[in-house]
Amino acid sequence: MQDIFEIGGEKIGSRLFVGTGKFSGNDVMKAALAASGCEVATVALRRVDFTAGSGNILDAVPRGCTVMVNTSGARNADEAVRIARLAKASGAGNWIKIEVIADSRHLLPDNLETLRAAETLVREGFTVFPYMSPDLSIARRMAECGVAAVMPLGSPIGTNRGVRTRELVEIMISELEIPVVVDAGLGRPSDACLCMEIGCAAVLVNTAIAIAGDPVGIAEAFGAAVRAGRKAYLSGIPATTVSASASSPLIGFLDEGEGSNR
Amino acid sequence: MKIKINGKEEAFSKEDTLQNLIEGMGLLPARIVIEYNREIVLRDRWPQIVLKEGDTVEIVSFVGGG
Repeated sequence: MQDIFEIGGEKIGSRLFVGTGKFSGNDVMKAALAASGCEVATVALRRVDFTAGSGNILDAVPRGCTVMVNTSGARNADEAVRIARLAKASGAGNWIKIEVIADSRHLLPDNLETLRAAETLVREGFTVFPYMSPDLSIARRMAECGVAAVMPLGSPIGTNRGVRTRELVEIMISELEIPVVVDAGLGRPSDACLCMEIGCAAVLVNTAIAIAGDPVGIAEAFGAAVRAGRKAYLSGIPATTVSASASSPLIGFLDEGEGSNR
Repeated sequence: MKIKINGKEEAFSKEDTLQNLIEGMGLLPARIVIEYNREIVLRDRWPQIVLKEGDTVEIVSFVGGG
């Protein structure tokens, strides 16, 4: 069965999106992105650092990758909209991950400001991916306003703690018509695999790849885990049961009829 | 003449265009986006903008991010 993944009006060949932050260098980042097989990569927008070199992150993103610009640094909807407009003016395309964070300790998103930004940016023609706390009511409003997907967090950004929000993410998957992409907190390939098994459309991973001992190796592992999880989901994962159920036949034992009491 | 560039006040001895400011800084135009007094200005307008006292210029570009 062919599994075509269409999101934001584009056909995307991999359900693993990868972030470009925190890598030790552009070369290892480029190799990791290539090894992951990702076709969507996120970047951020910042004031030019006049003391740094002129290296540009976009040069290290593999050809054919769709760039998704995040609005990190925004503390409210207006700032997110401002960043999105700058990103568009740069010619980097119009895929925007809205990230509005007003809490510097836990880095949790402000869902209301995110929704406000989403409404404006959808109206302006952006393809919008809101990063959000997994709240069904807000997600429904996001869907109504026309976002391409919702991106609930698995656990706080950069914590590598996995899908702590699983119950809420599962509810979103079952209730929403739009794709659910888990973003943030996925620490190991099995976390990404789990997301795909429960029916996420895709996952976004950054820290777990960027700071691993071998970013290229783990990027490949994440790619494989996402494919495995997706395949399992499509194959119909059997329900769990309380009682045991033998996998081998319970007849034809060697000593049957020889007086043993089984 | 003082101009605020990326939040920092810079002094200039004579009037100049935004285009010359960018070139003088050695920045590659294709790699940056500029907000001039809170308004995004595309590259083709840079030569026409003459900087004046109190202007605010934000110069941004892409960096790694998740």
